Amino acid sequence: MSDAPPAIELRNLRFSYRTGPEVLHINELVVPTGRKVFLHGPSGSGKTTLLGIIAGVLLPTASEATQVLGQELSALTPGARDAFRGEHLGYLFQLFNLLPWLSVLDNVTLPVQLHPQRLARLGGEPAESVARGLLERLDLAAFVHTPVTELSVGQQQRVAAARALIGRPSLLIADEPTSALDADRRARFIDLLFGECEAAGATLLFVSHDLALGQVFDERLSLPDLNAAGVR
Amino acid sequence: MLTLRLALRSLSNRKLTTVLTVASIALSVSLLLGVEMVRRGVRESFAGTIRGTDLIVGARGGAQQLLLSSVFGIGAPAGTVSWATYQRYAQHPAVGWTIPLSLGDSYFGYRVIGTTDAFFEHYRYRNDGRVELATGRLAEDDHDVVLGAEVARMRRLKVGSEIALTHGLQGSGIMDHDEHPFEVVGVLAQTATPVDRSLFVTLDGIDEMHAGFVGAAPVPDSTLSAFLIGVTNRQHAMRLRFEIDADLTSEPLTAVIPAVALTDLWHSIGFAEDGARIISFAVLLVGLLGMLVALYSTLQERRREMAILRSLGAGPRRVATLLVLESGVLAAVGALGGVAMVYTLLAIGRGLVERHFGIYVPLVAPGLVEYAYLGGVVVAGLLVGMVPAWRAYRNALQDGLTIRL
Repeated sequence: MSDAPPAIELRNLRFSYRTGPEVLHINELVVPTGRKVFLHGPSGSGKTTLLGIIAGVLLPTASEATQVLGQELSALTPGARDAFRGEHLGYLFQLFNLLPWLSVLDNVTLPVQLHPQRLARLGGEPAESVARGLLERLDLAAFVHTPVTELSVGQQQRVAAARALIGRPSLLIADEPTSALDADRRARFIDLLFGECEAAGATLLFVSHDLALGQVFDERLSLPDLNAAGVR
Repeated sequence: MLTLRLALRSLSNRKLTTVLTVASIALSVSLLLGVEMVRRGVRESFAGTIRGTDLIVGARGGAQQLLLSSVFGIGAPAGTVSWATYQRYAQHPAVGWTIPLSLGDSYFGYRVIGTTDAFFEHYRYRNDGRVELATGRLAEDDHDVVLGAEVARMRRLKVGSEIALTHGLQGSGIMDHDEHPFEVVGVLAQTATPVDRSLFVTLDGIDEMHAGFVGAAPVPDSTLSAFLIGVTNRQHAMRLRFEIDADLTSEPLTAVIPAVALTDLWHSIGFAEDGARIISFAVLLVGLLGMLVALYSTLQERRREMAILRSLGAGPRRVATLLVLESGVLAAVGALGGVAMVYTLLAIGRGLVERHFGIYVPLVAPGLVEYAYLGGVVVAGLLVGMVPAWRAYRNALQDGLTIRL
């Protein structure tokens, strides 16, 4: 267990946009594999930037370690980081997760269509039947053929969860995925997410400004506490 | 392949814009191809105005003047050719047949041609097209006249109508040959050549009409304006032409080879076709710019699509490719639509064009030029797509996983 590298390991990481002021300065952030971590990040705390770095879209200005799933991201080319993200990560936005011009099923199977390695992890099962299975577990079996634009916000977020989870990603990043849901649906959505992450063996990094959600997670971190950039 | 499929799905999601863009490209492509086909039709109609004739012979003068006056009915011949000269060449061993032409009279602006049955026997246009009667018979005596299709239609004449011809080539009225009326005995079938705008009478008809005419200088009896020659052996046409040009025994003559003179004439008026081509290229450019605007204007609202694709591991290059493919697909579908449109329109409208403008537009399969145009349109579409693609590439790099609304 302790042999596995942590899902996320950031050390002495600094980031600033071009010539702007420093946005992030993180001395240490380690998320062990398999954990469900709640990261409290109010707006303006550098949350979007941090997630961009972990997802490999942004590179830190300087760092000792920017490791995700044991891979040093700064050693990869931009194209390789895109491929790494597509292959190993699931990403959930706050809203508007779905491409309006694809069907529910096509939205869910898009990650494995884009990345052959992710398709290979389905173990030979057709992507469509895997997607149907996921949708069924997320209570969306009846909406497989519904146009994406006719789904409710909660349904859209669950479709997005199915898409993020297809092909068993090792790390699921969720950026305020429940902020558009009411309290009841929020709890159920988090339950579903936990269940699916456990089933997939995925590490979950859940970011929200709503501290009340944090109780059910294995670990709670606070970005303002981690980020030394604001402190002078 | 996946990116192309995504491009198709994305386009079909924005149906209205897609349909409008494709339609505007299809319209400009059909204009481009239509102009090309009509241009070719005009050129072929023009080149096919006279076929099978090896030499046109007239009084010494310019080759263009002789061609225009004898075949196109434009302007007047430089002079006359005596009957004796005509007879001498009609019996020349290298000559297979001759068609005498006597010009100089008109009917409401339409040319009157005095000739013999040889005209209807030997005159050819386009691909072996013969001048044939639609109704009635050919002119036999000096009061008979046969009308070209357009003359009969525009002047509302039919077999049995009586008309007075006009001396000279313009107007009608004081110079009419009222004392020598003609009776329409036949109407010719449509040819889409100047024949449709001509009236045919016998040589005697011309002579008799002028014999009784008072008020203009009497025309010397039994002269011709020009004559057409068909040689027995094609290879002798050139030699015969030199012989006629150098003939000192009779009045000075000019002999022209119709195909050569037609080509020369086309070159001197052909600049008009370049104008039409430039305009249709300009319209195509406008169509492509319309597509650029249509794609570019959606970029802002599509930024979140791009962020979603990025979150799924699509690189900025794939995002850019998606847009290039979208415009490529629009251009390709537009080009195909344009082809379909131009052929449909031609199939429906070519009869009308032939009847009203005398232009025979052949319905032929797309040639090299058309394929080159279509290929060019698709390539231009891809190039145009580079502009929004470049913008999307920049956005994708800048936005990353930020969903902008």
